Amino acid sequence: MKNFAQLIKTLDSSNKTNVKVDALTTYFKNASPEDKVWTIAILSHRRPPRPVNTTLLRIWANELANIPLWLFEESYHIVGDLAETIALIIPTTKEHSDKSLTEYLQEIIALKKKSDIEKKKYLHENWLALNYYERFVFTKLITGSLRIGVSQKLMTRALSKAEDVDEDALAYKLMGNWDPNTITFQELILDEKSSDYLSKPYPFYLAYPIEGEVDNLGNPEDWSVEHKWDGIRSQTIIRESEIYVWSRGEELVTDKYPEFQSFVGLIPNGTVIDAEILAFPEGEIGTFNDLQTRIGRKTISASLLEKVPVILKAYDILEWEGQDIRNLPYSERRLLLEQLYDSIKDKIKSFQLSERVLLHSWEDVTAERMRAREMKSEGLMIKRNDSTYQVGRKKGDWWKWKIEPLVIDAVLTYAMRGHGRRSNLFTDYTFALWQTNEKEEKELVTFAKAYSGLTDAEFRKVDDFIKKNTLERFGPVRSVTPKLVFEIGFEGIALSKRHKSGVATRFPRILRWRQDKKIEDANSIEDLKSMIS
Amino acid sequence: MKIPLLAFNDKGIYCQQADVYLDPWKPVKNAIITHGHADHSRWGNQNYITHHTNIPIIRHRLGEINVTGKEWGETFVINNVKFSLHPAGHIIGSSQIRVEHKGEVWVFTGDYKTEDDGISVPYEVVKCDTFITECTFGLPAFNWTPQAEVITEINNWWAENKADGKTSILFGYSLGKAQRLLKYLDTDIGTIYTHGAIENMTNVLRPMVDFPPTTLVTRETKKEDLLGNIVLAPPSAHGSIWIRKMTPFVTGSASGWMAFRGARRRRAIDKGFVLSDHCDWFSLLDSIKATGAEKIICTHGYTDIFSKYLRELGYDARTEKTQYEGEAAEMEKEVETEKEIQQ
Repeated sequence: MKNFAQLIKTLDSSNKTNVKVDALTTYFKNASPEDKVWTIAILSHRRPPRPVNTTLLRIWANELANIPLWLFEESYHIVGDLAETIALIIPTTKEHSDKSLTEYLQEIIALKKKSDIEKKKYLHENWLALNYYERFVFTKLITGSLRIGVSQKLMTRALSKAEDVDEDALAYKLMGNWDPNTITFQELILDEKSSDYLSKPYPFYLAYPIEGEVDNLGNPEDWSVEHKWDGIRSQTIIRESEIYVWSRGEELVTDKYPEFQSFVGLIPNGTVIDAEILAFPEGEIGTFNDLQTRIGRKTISASLLEKVPVILKAYDILEWEGQDIRNLPYSERRLLLEQLYDSIKDKIKSFQLSERVLLHSWEDVTAERMRAREMKSEGLMIKRNDSTYQVGRKKGDWWKWKIEPLVIDAVLTYAMRGHGRRSNLFTDYTFALWQTNEKEEKELVTFAKAYSGLTDAEFRKVDDFIKKNTLERFGPVRSVTPKLVFEIGFEGIALSKRHKSGVATRFPRILRWRQDKKIEDANSIEDLKSMIS
Repeated sequence: MKIPLLAFNDKGIYCQQADVYLDPWKPVKNAIITHGHADHSRWGNQNYITHHTNIPIIRHRLGEINVTGKEWGETFVINNVKFSLHPAGHIIGSSQIRVEHKGEVWVFTGDYKTEDDGISVPYEVVKCDTFITECTFGLPAFNWTPQAEVITEINNWWAENKADGKTSILFGYSLGKAQRLLKYLDTDIGTIYTHGAIENMTNVLRPMVDFPPTTLVTRETKKEDLLGNIVLAPPSAHGSIWIRKMTPFVTGSASGWMAFRGARRRRAIDKGFVLSDHCDWFSLLDSIKATGAEKIICTHGYTDIFSKYLRELGYDARTEKTQYEGEAAEMEKEVETEKEIQQ
C-alpha cells in the first residue's frame, strides 16, 4: 500500500506526462504481480463494488474526528472531495499497517458482505493505521473514484515499457471484462490469447478536432467524409452466435438495447462493427435527449422500446470472418461494411449505414458541414482513405470537424464549489435567461448549468465576486446577486418538460465572460426557443 | 445601551473612548497596527502605533509615516483606556492588541499562530473577556505538521531536485513566509537565490534575525548558475517570464492552503508544503480556551462555520465583517507582492 500511495501521490502532483510515465514504469518494475493486476484494474476504472455507502462512511469517519456532522458536511463542501475530507479530519497515529495493495483490496471485497458493526470496526482500525496520504488512497478505493489525471493510454505506455510488450497489443489485452480478483498477471498481460476472447472489443480509434483550415489536409480525393452522429459510440461484436455491445467507456451495454439481438444469425459470426447508437423515434434520428431516456434505465419497458427505439449507424468494420482487419485501408473496410449492409438492410431496420458523402472539393465539404443541424449530426468526420484503424486518439488520419456551437448570453444566478482541481473555488455555475411572467414582469429563469470554459484567473475573479455577492446559502449552493453575464455555448437544443425553462441544452459551457454586458442585455427564454429547428 | 469597547465600523475596529482604530482599512487619525501585511497596515493614517520591530517593516512598505514604537507588554494610556501589545507569533513584529477600560479586557489578535517558528517572538496567551480572533484555517480539515518535519521535507526536495540537475523554485510571501523558509534552508545543499521583493524585505529584517546569505537574481544571473540551487520567490512570480528563463526547474509552494490537493493542482505547482503562519483548527480552539474569554468575535476566514461551532461549545460567539483577507487570503497576498515587484 505504501508504494501504491506513493505512486498515486506522484501521479497526482505532476502535470508532466513523462514524470507520470516514469513513475508508473518504475512502480510496475518493482511491484508484485498481484499488485500490478490491481493497479492496472484501478487505473482502468475496474474497482471492487463499493462496500459501504457514503452516508455511513461520513458518520463513521466523523466519530473518529469527534466533531458534529454538520461541521463535517461544511468541511466536505469546502474540501470538495469526500475521501480527502475523511483523510484530513482523522488524526494520524503512530500505528502503521504494512499490508499490500492486494491485501487491502481483498479485504474491501470481503467487507461488502460483513455486518455494519464489522465494517465500522474495520474502517476505524485501518484509518488509524495509515498516514494521511495512504488514508486518502484507501478511502478512495472504498468510495471508488480515483481520478488523478492518468489516462488508460498513459498507463498502457508505462506498462509496455516495464514489461516490454507492444503498446497496441497491450491496449487490446486490457479491453473488455476481466476480474482483477481472479485473473493472474501472466494471463492478463503475458499469455498470448486470453480466455475471454469471445466478448473482447478492440480499442476505439478516436479523432482529434481539425486544426486550422480544412484545405490544409491536401487533396480532397484522398479523404472520405461522413457525418458525426450525436449518440453513443459503440462496438458491436458477433461471435459464436452471441452479441456483445460495448460503449466507448468500455461498458458492456448489450442488455440496454434488445433491438440488436436480431442481428445474431443475420450478421455472420466473427464480425465486429464500429457504430453510433442513435435514438430513432418515429422513424427519424432523434436527439441525444431522446437517447438519454434509454441510457439511465435498468430495465427497458415495452412502451419505452416502442416510443424511443434505437438504431446502429455503422461507421466501420474491424473484424470480418473472424479476422482482425484493422490494418486494411479504411476504403477497403468500408467496401466490406457496405456489402454487408446491402445484404441485410431489408431484414434488419435497426442496422443502418453512416453514409459516406461524395464530395470533390473542400468547398463542398464546408457546405456539407453547414447542413449538420439539418442532418441532426454534430458536424463531420474526415477520414483518410488509406487509414488503418488505430488505437486511441491519434493525429493525422482521422479528424472531427464539429459545427460551431449555438450561443446565448445568460446571467449567473447560482454557484457551487467545484471538485478536485477546483475545490474551494466557486466554479460550478447556474445560468438564467429572461422571461415575462403572468404579471407582465421580467424575471430570470434558470436554463443551464456549466462549469468549464473560463481560465483559472477568470474563475478566481468570479469566485471573489460570488463570495462578496452571496444572497442566500443552501448547503453548498449560493444564490448570487444577478450581475455577471456570460456567453454560453451549446451543441443542441430540444423542448423538455423536466426543465423549468422548458428547454434542454446539450453540452452547455461558458464561452466567455461578457464583462461589457449588463444583465438587461442578456437573452430571453424566447430567444432560446427560437433556436429549436 | 452601553457602547462596546471595540466596535466594527466602515473604517475598521474602533475604540470610541480613545478615538483609536485597530488595523483600519480606511485612513484615520490614530491607528494601532498589529503587523506589516498589507491588509492590516494600510497607507494614509496620520499616526501609527505598533511594536518597534514592526517599524522598519511598515516604513519599508508605506514610506515615511508618523509612527511610535512600543515594547511587548508596555502599557500606554489614551483617554483612560489602557493599551498594550503582546506577541502574536504570526511574523516578525506581529502583535495582539490588548485593550482595557474600567476592568473590561478585549484582545484583538490580528493574525497569529501558536507554533514557535524560531524567528518571530512566540505567541503569548493574554487573558481577556472578549477575544477578537482570526480563523483563516478554522476548519477541522486543517491540522499542521510540526515545522521541523516540513523543513526536512523541503530540504530533501531541494536535494532531490539538485540530484536531478534542476533548479528548485520555492514560493512564499515576501514578508514572513519567505524569511521563515530562508532561516531553515540547508546551505550545505547549495546557494539560496532570491527574487527582488524577498531580497529587499529580508534586508530590512537582517538587523533583527540571523539569516543565511542570499544572492539576488539579476539580469546578469545565468540559468546555469541557478542549477541545483534554490530560488525563493513570491507566489505572484509563478508563471512569469522571470521564472520561465530558469528552466529546467521544479516548483514548490509553502502555504496552509497546500493542505488541499485542489489548491496545489489549480496553481499547477509541482510540490506543495503545508506550512502556515496562521493557527490550525486545534490551535485556534486551544488558544481561545486559554484566554478564558466568554465572548468571541471572528473576523476573517471560515467565520460563519467556526463561530457556529464555538456557539455549540458554549461560547458567546459571532462574526464581524472586516476587510482582512479571509478566504481569499492567498490571492490578496499575491496582489500585495505584485505591488512590491512594481516598486
